[in-house]
Amino acid sequence: MAQSKTKDVLLSPIFANNPIALQVLGICSALAVTSKMQTTITMCIAVTLVVAFSNAIVAAIRNLIPNSIRIIVQMTIIASLVIVVDQVLKAFLPEIAKTLSVFVGLIITNCIVMGRAEAFAMKNDWWTSFLDGIGNGLGYSVLLICVGVIRELTGSGQLFGIQILPLATDGGWYVPNGLMLLPPSAFFLIGAFIWILRTLDPSQVEKDG
Amino acid sequence: MEHYLSLFLTSVFIENLALAFFLGMCTFIAISKNVKTAIGLGIAVVVIQAITVPANNLIYVYLLKKDALGWAGLTGVDLEFLGLISYIGVIAAMVQILEMTLDRFFPPLYNALGIFLPLITVNCAILGGSLFMVERDYNFAESCVYGVGSGIGWALAIAALAGIREKLKYSDVPDGLKGLGITFITVGLMSLAFMAFSGIKL
Repeated sequence: MAQSKTKDVLLSPIFANNPIALQVLGICSALAVTSKMQTTITMCIAVTLVVAFSNAIVAAIRNLIPNSIRIIVQMTIIASLVIVVDQVLKAFLPEIAKTLSVFVGLIITNCIVMGRAEAFAMKNDWWTSFLDGIGNGLGYSVLLICVGVIRELTGSGQLFGIQILPLATDGGWYVPNGLMLLPPSAFFLIGAFIWILRTLDPSQVEKDG
Repeated sequence: MEHYLSLFLTSVFIENLALAFFLGMCTFIAISKNVKTAIGLGIAVVVIQAITVPANNLIYVYLLKKDALGWAGLTGVDLEFLGLISYIGVIAAMVQILEMTLDRFFPPLYNALGIFLPLITVNCAILGGSLFMVERDYNFAESCVYGVGSGIGWALAIAALAGIREKLKYSDVPDGLKGLGITFITVGLMSLAFMAFSGIKL
């Protein structure tokens, strides 16, 4: 029983309860970083780590936090974790840190982090919360990586900066679709993903739009 | 003067926080079901943005920047790494102060904005505005203009989206697209329209 609960906590956010597609959390900073795989992956790792650790810390001290100031305590924990991530990125991956620019800082206001701390970590022990954080981070990553792959592949014919489809300008056959690198495409792709997910699982359809 | 006008137009249209940088999306999608509340939220964002961006600018320049503590006799102190936590603190405090002031002196406005004010603390558009201000090294005057401009841009976008969504109620949307899906596609189309401003330079 305990085994299956752990598995459930870890896996359900990835497909059945995907934070982006179903709960509409954390799309804020998500879309802007998906035009290249490298930044997408970095962002995914950063978010997963922050969610997991903030969940664990909040859960560990949840009985010590007075209810009236819990939001500010959560904020402080999250902000400190994000500062750590930001400093690490600046020190070891300065190039990527530059492309991500303000979006690393924006993990603080990413609704997934706050949402999970508030909704899950305040009620569960630290280990389950940690797993829940990892699960939600992965669910977020799966969607982001799908969007990232499609955008980079169709937008510039590359994956991780390596040319996959030979471009027409270099004598190949693929004419890159510049729109995919621009912001609107991310909206269309997420919209399409939601459509697919909800067609496969009609129970998620909203009653009135 | 021209420089400020150009900065203002850029922040409203070309670098629209919602449509070009995807900031504040959660509230953007959630609170755009009818025009009236959308406009209320939009105004709240403009007000907060106009206060916090310049306030954070002062904090950055006089407290956090490298050697900024020179006026207090401390040289060589670099507190830039504390940036994120101080900005979010300022935002939370500002929202709280604004809420109390409005409650005390302008009750009608407070009642209109009431529920939206606390929500704004976790709106990425606000923190994003401050972070962009730091990254682009705006001075105090520029950050005032940028704060107001980016707030108006966001308000404009959410009001427009709410208008579209109100009309959308009458259309026959495929089942799986209802609600969230079609909203995303609408936002995509709006963002496409805003791309048209990108060539404009003053």
